[in-house]
Amino acid sequence: MNLNATFIAQLIVFFVLAWVTMTYVWPPIMKALDERAAKIADGLAAADRGKAELAEANKRVEAELAKSRAENQARMADAEKQAAHLIEEAKKAAEAEKARILAQAKAEAEQEAQRAKDALRNAVAELAVRGAEQILRREINAQAHADLLGQLKAQL
Amino acid sequence: MAAGAEAPTSSEYIVHHLQHLQSAKQGFIIDMSVVNWDTIFWSIAMGLVTLFVLMKAASKASSGVPGRFQAAIEILVEMVESQSKGIIPHGDRSFIAPLALTVFVWVFFMNSLDFLPVDLPHYIFAWTGLDHYIHYHRIVPTADLNGTIGMSLGVLVLMLYYNVKIKGAGGFVHELFCAPFGAHPALWVPNFALNLIEFAAKTVSLGMRLFGNMFAGELIFLLIALLGATGVWWLWGMHLVAGAIWAIFHILIVVLQAFIFMMLTLVYLGQAHEGH
Repeated sequence: MNLNATFIAQLIVFFVLAWVTMTYVWPPIMKALDERAAKIADGLAAADRGKAELAEANKRVEAELAKSRAENQARMADAEKQAAHLIEEAKKAAEAEKARILAQAKAEAEQEAQRAKDALRNAVAELAVRGAEQILRREINAQAHADLLGQLKAQL
Repeated sequence: MAAGAEAPTSSEYIVHHLQHLQSAKQGFIIDMSVVNWDTIFWSIAMGLVTLFVLMKAASKASSGVPGRFQAAIEILVEMVESQSKGIIPHGDRSFIAPLALTVFVWVFFMNSLDFLPVDLPHYIFAWTGLDHYIHYHRIVPTADLNGTIGMSLGVLVLMLYYNVKIKGAGGFVHELFCAPFGAHPALWVPNFALNLIEFAAKTVSLGMRLFGNMFAGELIFLLIALLGATGVWWLWGMHLVAGAIWAIFHILIVVLQAFIFMMLTLVYLGQAHEGH
């Protein structure tokens, strides 16, 4: 452990090395580290933003879905109401048609019956006249007894 | 030492290994006409390795995804940066932080030379014929007091520089005479004496601590190497076992001492930033 001029040389080397490191090594590494830190911070912020945006979009989609669901429901209720209304109307129309047809048929039947009654009346009147003719064995003036026959017919 | 004609005794072997490759034989404990070529060569070589490693990382530095080597160097840089920031929070660290990084890596590489087998350089010299010129050689620059004192004197210079820079020449002189005891004229001399002792103690202890650790480590490697040189088979086995254990333990010392040197450099420079 003797001291000699070596330590002067070591002293100079010490400063030269430190100076070189300060000039050529430290700044680029620190710059890279700072830039990377900034980049990572940006990335994290972007990720956060993306997450927030996603949540926002999800909320929007949810709201949109709820709205369309409600609309659908309303439309379906409308359609049902309309369908019920249509059926109701159709029923009413059919009811009216039925009544009409029934009334017509009744009228026709009555008419027919009337006609048949009239024909029967005529035939009975004729039969009665013919019978009377034969009974009386004389010719009866149909013209002269038309009133009588008409009365008879009305009574039948 | 060439695998020589006659085997040296144990003490000759140790003494031989503790002799520097010097420009002249040193007679006195301090002789400024002598230079240790081996210390200078290996410290500059390790300095170049340091710069090579750091520059390689610096040249590839980008804000993209780092590779493993890049990440390792960046972890180191971040560690040094956070330490220097913790110790000197408000000062200008544009020189101090790179200095601390350099010191750490450089001292680490210089200390790591201790892991080379103690006789390897001499065998290489014998093999290449350099042993005609190199009779003595010590490879670990930090096991030479000149190497460590040189660095701690650098720290002393920086302590004085930052004291003057932060406090001004007048402020520094005022502090030298008026701290720590007080500004009373009767206390000027004790103050100044204590401050001189403080600076001297910081410098010497900084250099001596690293030197002592590395010198002791080297000496123990030499002693372990002596076991194998006995030619007794179980002592040869002890050489293997003890050498392996000590080398593994020495990894801790190498890194720890480099870290301590860096931290003390930062602490001393940080103290230069604080007024009393």
